[in-house]
Amino acid sequence: MNSGPIIETRDLRKTYRVGKVDVPALRGVDLTVKPGEFVAIVGPSGSGKSTLFHIIGGLTPPSSGEVRVAGQDLAAMTEAGRTRLRKRSVAFVFQKFNLLPNLTARDNIAIARHIGGFPSKPEVSFEEALRLLGIANRLDHKPSELSGGEQQRVAIARAIVNHPAILLADEPTGNLDSESSKAVLEVLRGLNERLGQTILMITHNPEAAAYGHYIVQMRDGRIIEKA
Amino acid sequence: MTAKLVLQNLKHKPMRSLLSILLIGVPVTLILCLVGLSHGFLEDSQRRTRGIGADVIVRPPGSTLLTLSGGISDKIVDWLGKQPHVKMAVGAVNQMIQGVTLGATGIDLKQFDQMSGGFTYLHGGPFQGPDDVIIDQFYADQQHAHVGDRIVILNTPWRVSGIIEGGKLAHIVFPLGVLQEKTSHIGQVSQIYLKLDDTANTAAVVQGLKEKLPDYPIYSMAEFTSLYNVNNIPALREFIIVIMAIGVVIGFAVVCLSMYMAVLQRTREIGILKSLGASQFFILRIILTEAVILGIGGTILGIAMSYGACWLIRTIEPASIPMVIVPYWWPIAGVVTLVGAAFGALYPGISAARHDTIEALSYE
Repeated sequence: MNSGPIIETRDLRKTYRVGKVDVPALRGVDLTVKPGEFVAIVGPSGSGKSTLFHIIGGLTPPSSGEVRVAGQDLAAMTEAGRTRLRKRSVAFVFQKFNLLPNLTARDNIAIARHIGGFPSKPEVSFEEALRLLGIANRLDHKPSELSGGEQQRVAIARAIVNHPAILLADEPTGNLDSESSKAVLEVLRGLNERLGQTILMITHNPEAAAYGHYIVQMRDGRIIEKA
Repeated sequence: MTAKLVLQNLKHKPMRSLLSILLIGVPVTLILCLVGLSHGFLEDSQRRTRGIGADVIVRPPGSTLLTLSGGISDKIVDWLGKQPHVKMAVGAVNQMIQGVTLGATGIDLKQFDQMSGGFTYLHGGPFQGPDDVIIDQFYADQQHAHVGDRIVILNTPWRVSGIIEGGKLAHIVFPLGVLQEKTSHIGQVSQIYLKLDDTANTAAVVQGLKEKLPDYPIYSMAEFTSLYNVNNIPALREFIIVIMAIGVVIGFAVVCLSMYMAVLQRTREIGILKSLGASQFFILRIILTEAVILGIGGTILGIAMSYGACWLIRTIEPASIPMVIVPYWWPIAGVVTLVGAAFGALYPGISAARHDTIEALSYE
């Protein structure tokens, strides 16, 4: 495991403008994540978890502070730079799966390859990940033909197909029953342990949070505890 | 992969896609029908004029390609018949029956037969009496008329004495004197056809006659038939351009509305693509590709519908509206449509490309 941080934030702040009111979402977050770590982030709604993810994932710029992801300074990055970051370095898994409904599972994975600038067909080695995910025989189905657990595993496959440095999972089990949740969490743990995938996972579920190497507790836009 | 995504998007909302293609196809059909009608009219006129078999045509002073101004005294017919190299001069009276596309001609049948080789009768034969009329197969089909039937033309019932093959002189032929009287042109003709002893003398005869009759438009038949083109029909070219512009606007509006709706419906999907790293250009390309595919589909459907329109027109009004299919206009109509479609997709495309990813992902 490389000892240098893959994610590093210093006094990270983000303020949204809602009408004429400034709403602070992050009020100075300091976070360091090393490559290969599996970090669970917990906290009540409005604590800033998703905003932190959106900044680390390059979906929105910070208002102030420092943030470095995979060696890149996001605070100084343009929109085009953040788009490149999402192509190669960071990938998302969402609570609502967010698969493209008109495409099969295979094509959902292929479009990520295509956008990433790779040949649409994944490498042969990716078949191991598909076996780990247990969806190898479900790839020719559209999302509407898959169960929630299968859809989320396809979403994970899509997220890791371009070998991102960081996988950001935003409540990946939030829409799943307990059995499917466990399967998805085992997949994430497997990816972390067997492939060394760095994972940040937002969750409200303490059992899910326990899958992480450590838990970061957020409240009111700040990190209040790491355990 | 982009094409696959676009095609799947189109398949996902088949009714929207088909309606868009249909609405884009309508102006394509409109353009092709207008062009088909103008070409059909011009080609029909050319063919029928060539069928006369004359070498030179003399028209009244002040007449244009489509209109005849006043008349020519039939004494000039006799005079022309005595000019050097002129073998025969035949005067004809022309009368429009319906618009500018359906006309009747009064002719001395014997003289005309000598000049042209005669009509080919499909049914019946030449005039038997002063209330007889000869019609071509197109007008017979249009009127559902048969030999012996009485048809009303110029508010007068006429007996059909013969039905001729189309493509020579006019759709409706009367005896010269009868039409002169009916149109109050007694002693006058509308234009004069000359048959020469040798076609090699055509230029010299035309030149000689122009010197003797300086006020009369005089043409060789080759020159006269070459005048039948879009540029010589007043305002037709401009009219076609206006219809094409309307086609662009309709294509633009249809695609703009359709793609705007599509972008709204796919806001979340656009957010997903952007979360995967899709650039603004990638999103714009998807929207434009979809619009171009709709435009191509609309063009193909528009061409197919123009065949349907042509069949319908030929079935209902075969003589009055001589429409033809003009394939070389297909790419022109296609380009016009694609330009409209591409511009129509620009606003929704740029709007989609600029969607905020986080807001798009939370769109329900």
